[in-house]
Amino acid sequence: MNHSPVKFFPVSVKAVLKKYRFDPQNRGLSVDLSSYLLVGAVLFVAGVVCMATKRNGIGVLMGVELVLNGANINFVAFANYTKLGLDGQVISLFVIVLAAAEAAVALAIALSFYNNHLTIDVDQANQLQG
Amino acid sequence: MTGHQLLFWVFAAVTCGGAIAVVLTQNVVRMAFWLIVSLGASAGLFFLLNADFVGTAQLLVYVGGTLVLLVFGVMLTASGPFSKMQTRPGELFLAGIVAFLLLGLLGSSVCSVNWNAVVAATNHGQPLLARQELNHGYNKPEEGNTGHPLGMAFLGMRPDRDLAPGTKTLSTGYLLPFEIASVHLLVVLIGAAYLARAKRRVQPNE
Repeated sequence: MNHSPVKFFPVSVKAVLKKYRFDPQNRGLSVDLSSYLLVGAVLFVAGVVCMATKRNGIGVLMGVELVLNGANINFVAFANYTKLGLDGQVISLFVIVLAAAEAAVALAIALSFYNNHLTIDVDQANQLQG
Repeated sequence: MTGHQLLFWVFAAVTCGGAIAVVLTQNVVRMAFWLIVSLGASAGLFFLLNADFVGTAQLLVYVGGTLVLLVFGVMLTASGPFSKMQTRPGELFLAGIVAFLLLGLLGSSVCSVNWNAVVAATNHGQPLLARQELNHGYNKPEEGNTGHPLGMAFLGMRPDRDLAPGTKTLSTGYLLPFEIASVHLLVVLIGAAYLARAKRRVQPNE
């Protein structure tokens, strides 16, 4: 396998469009591992932007959930298509359980913060600022 | 277009659209609704990837549990009429640029790898979980085989790896992480109940 240099952005857009254009020979849009990885990438980016831009604390939590779900899609896709096998499904189940635990603790922290400040605006949480 | 492709594109479009709607919506309750849509459609993607138990757990734990928790959090922490928590337009513009660049980086990374060659090199050219020998355990179904390979992996036994052709050694499972996760959940629930308890001041006269 020859190593092609890392392509910069406009070239990659062209590659994505070339990969997913309608091809009558292929009878439609083909689905393989990279399709699932692109869905996971979209979820990850949406989650990161959600974490960065939301001022509501619960909105930040939803961003974390989106990021974890994007990682889960990658794990399950690799479990189905490569030699990773059942290990990917096991790890994605652990991720689901830990995400539920994290949501419970973070919501308890949000409730406690709301009881003290009467808001969950994360910009107001600056008592520990040096 | 086969049924698998059609279902994949429907579920992928709903998943990505729901995630983007979560980012673009400012109302927290509507964000929770779009998060339900996105997570439910990604459970459909898990079903398409032969991960039936993971998809079911996604529906039960995320859509049934975590989002109910989030909606309760929204209700218990209602913001007043004078505290609008909107994102400023400059921040949204900057976030859009960062999202565009990050998505381009990830997309170009995914598309620069020939995944079909990777799958063919590691996996004899076919999806691993679709292989017939993974669908049974150590004994035959008529001998009382009721264990799913995923559940046996959590109990520390790996028939999916041990029964593969050419395997000489036994593989280990995930019994210890499973136990750690269960104790972790107990600790987390006690800690969350402690953090969110109602704090009442003791009256000095009583």
